[in-house]
Order: sequence, then C-alpha cells, then structure tokens
Amino acid sequence: MSENTAMLEEQFRRRIAGGETIEPNDWMPDKYRSQLKRLISQHAHSEIIGMLPEGNWITRAPSLRRKLALLAKVQDEAGHGHYLYSAAETLGISREEMFDQLHAGKAKYSSIFNYPTLSWADMGMIGWLVDGAAIINQTTMAKCSYGPYSRALLRICKEENFHKKQGMEVIAMLIASGPKGKAMVQESFDRFWWPTLMMFGPHDAESPNSPDMLKWKIKLKGNDELRQRFIDMTVEQAHAWGLTIPDPHLKFNEQTRSWETGEIDWKEFQAVINGNGPCNHERMEARRNAHDNGAWVRDAARAYEAKHRRNGGTTV
Amino acid sequence: MSPLVAYLLSLADDRLILGHRLSEWCGHAPILEEDIALANIALDCIGQSALLYGIAAEAEGNVRTADQLVYFREGVEYRNLLLVEQTNGDFARTIVRQFLYDAFGILLFERLQRSTHAPLAAVAQKAYKELKYHFRHSSHWVVRLGDGTEESISRTQRAVNDLWRYTDEMFGAGFPEAELITSGTAVDPQLLRQEWRTSVEGIFAQTSLTIPDANTVMLTGGRTGRHTENLGHLLAEMQIVARSYPEIAW
Repeated sequence: MSENTAMLEEQFRRRIAGGETIEPNDWMPDKYRSQLKRLISQHAHSEIIGMLPEGNWITRAPSLRRKLALLAKVQDEAGHGHYLYSAAETLGISREEMFDQLHAGKAKYSSIFNYPTLSWADMGMIGWLVDGAAIINQTTMAKCSYGPYSRALLRICKEENFHKKQGMEVIAMLIASGPKGKAMVQESFDRFWWPTLMMFGPHDAESPNSPDMLKWKIKLKGNDELRQRFIDMTVEQAHAWGLTIPDPHLKFNEQTRSWETGEIDWKEFQAVINGNGPCNHERMEARRNAHDNGAWVRDAARAYEAKHRRNGGTTV
Repeated sequence: MSPLVAYLLSLADDRLILGHRLSEWCGHAPILEEDIALANIALDCIGQSALLYGIAAEAEGNVRTADQLVYFREGVEYRNLLLVEQTNGDFARTIVRQFLYDAFGILLFERLQRSTHAPLAAVAQKAYKELKYHFRHSSHWVVRLGDGTEESISRTQRAVNDLWRYTDEMFGAGFPEAELITSGTAVDPQLLRQEWRTSVEGIFAQTSLTIPDANTVMLTGGRTGRHTENLGHLLAEMQIVARSYPEIAW
C-alpha cells in the first residue's frame, strides 16, 4: 500500500467514523466499492425477482380493491429495482452488467423469493412477514455510509411500510371471515415462518462479509440482533391473531424478555441460496425468458433511435 | 337489464379486461421501464373499471356490488370488445392491441366527459386524462417498432394483420341503444370511425406498417356476449378465488 493510499484510507475511515456519508465521486477503498456493488445489486435483483411470486396472484386477486393494491405493490417493487440499479450504477457498473451477472447465476438475491406462492393468503403473508423483515433490515441500512443507497432506502422503506400494512389487512380480513379464512392464513404462516427467519442470513459467527461491512457502516447491526427484533415483534402479532407458531421449541425467556426459537434448518438455507430451493429454477427461467424474449424490442428501440439521430430528425 | 346499465357495463368490461391482460406482463416485460409502464396502465384501466362498475351497480339499483359484477358474471354476460380479450402474444401484439383501443378510447372518453349522465361524465374526466398518456405510450411504441428493425416491423405488421378484424366492432351500429344516444348519455360510436381511422393512419405513416385492405372480414359479438374462446380462460383465472370462497370478505 502506498503512503498516499494509506493516508486516503485513514481519511476515509475518519469520515465514516464521524458520521459523514460517502458520495459517488469521493475516494473509497476498492473493497468498499465492490462490497457495495454486490450489496445494492443483490437488493435490486431481489426486488425484480420478488415481483414474480406476487405477480403470480395478480390475475387471481379476489376483489377489485385487492387486485389494484397488489398490482400497485408489484409495480412499486419494479420501481425500487429501477431506483436501486441506478444507485449501483453510481459505483461504476451498468444495469446490463448486473443483469448478466443475475442471468448467469453469479449474483444472489433474497432467498425468500425461491419459495412458491400457493394460496391467496400468501399475498398477506408476504406483506406481513417478508416485507416486515425487509423493513427491519432496511431501516437499519438506511443509516449506512453510502449516500445514494441510504437515500434510496429511505424512500423504499416508506413504501414497504405501506406494503406491510396492506399485507396485515389481507390477513386480518381473512381471519375475521371465519374458520376457512383463518385456516388459509395458518397454512400459509406454516410455510413462510422459517424461510422468513432465514432472510436475516446466517448467524453472525458464520457470516463471511460482516466484519468489514460493520467497520465501514455498510452494515450497522448483526444478523442475529435484527432477526431477534423481528421474532419478538412478530410472535406477539401472531398470538394476537390466534395463530400457532410452527416451532415446538418456541419459549419466552423471562430474563431477556425475549422469544427464543428452535434452530433454523441451515441445510435448507444453504440449499436455497445455492440454487436448489423449490423455485430457484423457475425464477431464473422467468427472468431469462423475459430478457431473451425482449431482446428484439430493445434492438428495435436502439435501431429507431440511431436511425433518427443520424438523420437529424426527431424521435418519439 | 336497462340500456344504461348495459352501456356502463360494456365500458367497464372493456377497461377491466384490457387492464387484466396488461397485468399479465407484470415481471415479464422486455425492459424494466416497461414493467413499470405496463403495470401503471393496467392500474389505470382497472381503476377506471372499478369506478364504472360502481356507477353501473348504482344504476342497477344496488342489487349487485361492483365486485359481484366482476366475479360472478359468466362469460356470455360480459359486454367487452373482442379486441381487448385477445391474448398478449409478443410485445408487438400487446402494443398493437393497446394502440388500436387507445386511439378509440381517447375519442370516446373525450366526448363522454359531456355525457348527460353526471356520474359517467365525472369518471370520463379522469379516464380521458389517463387515456391521453396511454395513447402516447402505445403510439410511440408503434412508431418505434414499426420503424425499428426488420424483425420488429414484421412482428408488428403481423399483429396489425391479426387484430385488424376486431376493430370494426368498436364502431358497430345497434350499440348502445338509440335512446341513450338521443338523450346524450352515450356517444354514437359510428361518429368516431373516421377520426379513429385518420389517427391510426397518421401514426402508421411514420412507420413501414400498412393498414390491411378493406376486404378484411370483420368479427363482432362482444357487445352481445358472443366472445372468442379467450375470454373464458381469462375469467376462469380471474374468478377462481372469489368463487371458491363466496363467504369470505376480502
């Protein structure tokens, strides 16, 4: 490391320690840049892949109000993806490159979207549990050191809060409708509870990226702490609705005033993040197909622009 | 069913079915910007349909709710144009279907703003604003695709040739009932035909696309419930959850 780089790194460290945000044209260590590219593009991919399990139910939504709300929610996710790809581009990577990484299977996205949506109650469950977990992660991350990501997250969290409320409304109405509605919710809860806990990632001791990210304020809290916050909040909500938590080991620790769960099935988690979850194949196929089938449209748009720019004419 | 209710339902069904078709693209569009745009237009269409079903239910005397009109009518009771129920196909087909409708819808709803049925005039004011954006979106894509690459021109021309036979229905005589036109409640669609044609020709003139010849055999039937087979599948999917649990309030 040259003396100059060492000095820059020291300045960088001090800026972060002093609570300053880092902006796109500021000097930053290569590893900070690459970690952020990975993190923001993973988040963007999660939004885009996350459109699929919910998109699966738009055409079957059981009332006009629900249809509009679900469609608007999935559209928000496309908007978040758009926003996040733009935030990642400030680090010197193009959307096209990020898509290539995703389609080649080299980029990760949230493991939760590799689970299927099998009933209408899943539309409530995703809002309540999945968006609820995402909000806990992202409101923490909104205080991160990189300006464009932090600002994107502030806006995203506002919309996610609305999505969570929508999801809770779907569940509340199903439960209020009687035993059939409640059974639909419980069945969905049984499937989504454990995969949602996995969304927070491995235990801190096994999380390979954490130490650097904590130091640089790309990450502000450990996985276990955030997961626990989610568990404590959600168990109470589930009990209020009269739902059963699918965990025979769940117990309340009077000393820590906190709910303790059984152990997560980490084998399942590893299988899902390594491409072998129930829907990994379908999700990737859907994205590749959309991209491949759209190639001629993108070509046409480019050809049109080029033709009219060359002729000095106007374009639509 | 009164002529007014039938008319309001036909307008609502057009918007719902078209919006439903567009919503099928969600997550599968050729570019992210189009995922956002198509979902947005779908939202507008379904949102307009919800308002139109609301005033149809009211005109019917509130015997059925808007949701019951959507989820518990059979295919033969739907009154939408055959054009809007046609499957998405590729992006060119979706865009051409949208464009042919938008060019009509923008003329129709512009005039419906002055309908003597006040609730309809109010909905039309909102719908017209949105339709202007829809027309801009679909016509711009027709121009890009119709003046893009050899492949995009050929795909778009194929879609035009295939969908053209459903266009006459928009201007058909006999619907809506003459009394609604005389009272100023409804717009006589026959009066829109020439302006629609001029608008479509104006867009096509900026492209390599041609309008199919005048001998094209035209298909109609949507306004009287004689649909293509596509509608039944769409409704089966749309209505399955609502009909499986009629006791649940969603």
